[in-house]
Amino acid sequence: MADIVIDRVAKSFGDFQALKEVSLSVGDGEFVALLGPSGCGKTTLLRIIAGLETQSSGRVVIGGRDVSGLAPRERGLAMVFQNYAVFPHMTVFENIAFGLRMQKVGQVEVKRQVDRAAALLHIDQYLDRYPAKLSGGQRQRVAVARALAVQPAVLLMDEPLSNLDALLRLEMRTELKAVLREAGTTTIYVTHDQTEAMGLADRIAVMYGGRIDQIGTPLEVYATPATRFVGGFIGNPPMNFIKVKASGGQIRVGSASLPAPVRDAEIDLGLRGEDAALSADGSGIPFDVRVVEPMGSHLLLTGAIEGQLARIVTPPTARVQAGERVGLTVDPSRLTWIDAATGRAIART
Amino acid sequence: MTATGITTPRPAPTSGIAVPSARRFLLWTGIVVLLIWVLLPIYFVALGAFGGRLGVFRWPKSIWPTDVSVAPMMQFLGIEGVFSALINSLIAAGLTVLFSVLLGAPAGYALARYAFRGQTAFRLMVLLTRAFPLAILALPLTVSFIRFGLYDTPFGVSLIHTVLALPFAVLVTQSLFMGIPREYEEAAWVFGCTRLQAFMKVVLPLALPGLAATAIFAFVISWNEVFAASILTVRERTLTAYLLKVLSESPLHYRFAGGFILIIPSVLFIFAVRRYLFAVWGIASK
Amino acid sequence: MTSRASWIPYALIAPAVLFLAAFFIVPLVQTIWLSFSSEEGVGLANYARMAGDLNFSLAIRNTFLLTAIVVPLQVALALLMAVMLTKIERGRDLVLWVLTIPLGISDLAAGLAWLAILQNTGYLNSALYGLGLIPGPTGWLTQETPVALFIGIVLAELWRATAIVLVIVVAGIQLIPKEFAEAAEIFGARPWTRFRKITLPLLKPSLQSALILRTVLAFEVFAVVYALGGTNFPVLAGEAYTWQNINQNYGVAAAYAVLIMAISLAATALYLSILRVRPEQQP
Repeated sequence: MADIVIDRVAKSFGDFQALKEVSLSVGDGEFVALLGPSGCGKTTLLRIIAGLETQSSGRVVIGGRDVSGLAPRERGLAMVFQNYAVFPHMTVFENIAFGLRMQKVGQVEVKRQVDRAAALLHIDQYLDRYPAKLSGGQRQRVAVARALAVQPAVLLMDEPLSNLDALLRLEMRTELKAVLREAGTTTIYVTHDQTEAMGLADRIAVMYGGRIDQIGTPLEVYATPATRFVGGFIGNPPMNFIKVKASGGQIRVGSASLPAPVRDAEIDLGLRGEDAALSADGSGIPFDVRVVEPMGSHLLLTGAIEGQLARIVTPPTARVQAGERVGLTVDPSRLTWIDAATGRAIART
Repeated sequence: MTATGITTPRPAPTSGIAVPSARRFLLWTGIVVLLIWVLLPIYFVALGAFGGRLGVFRWPKSIWPTDVSVAPMMQFLGIEGVFSALINSLIAAGLTVLFSVLLGAPAGYALARYAFRGQTAFRLMVLLTRAFPLAILALPLTVSFIRFGLYDTPFGVSLIHTVLALPFAVLVTQSLFMGIPREYEEAAWVFGCTRLQAFMKVVLPLALPGLAATAIFAFVISWNEVFAASILTVRERTLTAYLLKVLSESPLHYRFAGGFILIIPSVLFIFAVRRYLFAVWGIASK
Repeated sequence: MTSRASWIPYALIAPAVLFLAAFFIVPLVQTIWLSFSSEEGVGLANYARMAGDLNFSLAIRNTFLLTAIVVPLQVALALLMAVMLTKIERGRDLVLWVLTIPLGISDLAAGLAWLAILQNTGYLNSALYGLGLIPGPTGWLTQETPVALFIGIVLAELWRATAIVLVIVVAGIQLIPKEFAEAAEIFGARPWTRFRKITLPLLKPSLQSALILRTVLAFEVFAVVYALGGTNFPVLAGEAYTWQNINQNYGVAAAYAVLIMAISLAATALYLSILRVRPEQQP
């Protein structure tokens, strides 16, 4: 077991800055997800931690040991790859045993650890098979078992579920969470799928453009996004942003008036679709409904507030027609205010 | 990557307007004609090789194998110089295989796995060799080969044959290694392998069939080469050089026997690598 | 990859680079140098001697004629074979194997195989005799029958070296997504139109490399010719061989070599410019 400190790690490929001085601390036994769109630098950061890529500057410290210059094999970690990277010329048993064999672990112990890891992932009946005879989900289990068999201090996972179909992904996600909690391994998990990150991680680091925009628990990054990007990236539908003008510490939208955190400035009002409610009498923020999509558990309304696109979630029983203008009431404490110039959230007063 | 080599261009059942039977008949007639066109000369040279002196001058000839025996072939192999030429050819081809794989595979690996300065220049140099009649480069080497004691040795011949086979080996192994996901290697590194260990334990076993195909191609290239081998040898001739030399003075049935011996290994080798043929040429012709 | 490893690729290509430098670049320069130097000093003496030789214009004419006839025929035949191959469903692998057998056969062996057919008492004459067309064994491969000898060489070359074009073309066809032809078919294109408008343009890179390869090799043609006609049909590479090994005049042999290289390079450049492949037009 070990903690990880990433200290001002930067990486450039030629002129392109993939990572801009990223710092991150992961506690012993903690599960941190690196979440962001493709090209945000999350995979690069993971590969630097693994030692598959060398940072341009900065340090990586694992368990108090500076591993920045060490080869991957000297870092005492394990990794699960996006395409599994289960060796096709070895049986499932030999795949899981691979790391142990490299550590020259005795035959009896190898068998014990492989059996343990295989049982954990329910692949004990496939140990003699070759990976070509396994389904994608089973191969993924082999990849995870191979990583857990070495009882690593640190486990790195690079989009491990992205090649599975939706149903299998859900199933594996649940199972991964149970297995990893039991193992108690410090884990860094790269994904572009917010539901995966929310469901699995203790903390989420949301990355964008080579930076970490926000680090926090799933609830924190959801409820109080630190930047416009985080608000827009997390949540389904994404957070709505309405350009408004504050004057005298107040903003006015239609007939509604709300307290603003600044006195006089252009700011963006960030509003989660489910944080607005339809007012009974049509008062409040005016919302022009254009499309109504019944989603079963809720209604998804797409329309405009003051001519700006917005999506609102209402209970499935709400009676709303496309083309209607409705009024929305909001809880001021659940609003996010974004500085229009910097894109960062304004601290609440 | 290569397993799909020979099977892909099968027309999808949906695209096929069912070929009418008259056209189907025409198609198969054409195919049979092509098959005969390819196989008949091999058959005839085999008849000539095993028919002996009598067979060659029989007139008119029957296309059926009458009075064929192994004796004429044995006789041919018994001629002074033939057997040693055969051995020399095998040595030269064997060395060519060794050199082109040992020199070519690392370069192919470098092209497949690394982005490095000078990569384009190197690739260009490899491709450039294709525009040159390489065997002719043996001409000036006669002098320096004599000086270094390489002249008239299978070793010297294999050096020139390696020039022929090496560009091929580089391009083929490059595609071969590109077909082996880098993640396999990275996984091996993460789980405790050095670069060399990862290569030996993970990449090599997966690349082995393709490397064998590369080796066989190199063998065939050397085995068949006539010009450079004839220029660079006098006494220690390879089989092709020997046959070329004695062409004008040896009786026909010996020539056919020599031709037949030249053809056989090639046919077998092409059979052995048929799955790789298309993958290899699809790439090597880029 | 990692900067720590930046020396590795150079170490990996170094042996191949050194080898090619020693046995490709150096001999190349040597050949050129040799062709310009003779007992009289540096100059064009070797070239003058080459051009003044009785066989020179004959060898030039023969080589060009052979290339001009053989290469297009090979490409046409290979395209025909490839199209036929796409039409058959069963036994395709076997047919393909047989058609590619000549790939492994040397030009010398090919010449000898066709010698078995074309020689005086060979199978061709036996067949013609059986049909009553000739009275007895007839020579086709002599100096007196240049046209027949030429046809014989063309046949042997066609037999031997179409396979390589076929392999390149089939490999190229595999890279063309089927959807293109299917789309064309839906819009009403007949098979011949599909072949001309879809397959052929997309096959251009393959055709280009096949043409370059075959043309360079055709200018080197030598052993087929010797096996069939001896010295009755002079070609450039054969003259180089004769000057080197029989006349022991390395300078003139080098001049021939330079000439062959110059022609090969010119042909390559020609193909590259005529059949220019625009990357944006390829899938």
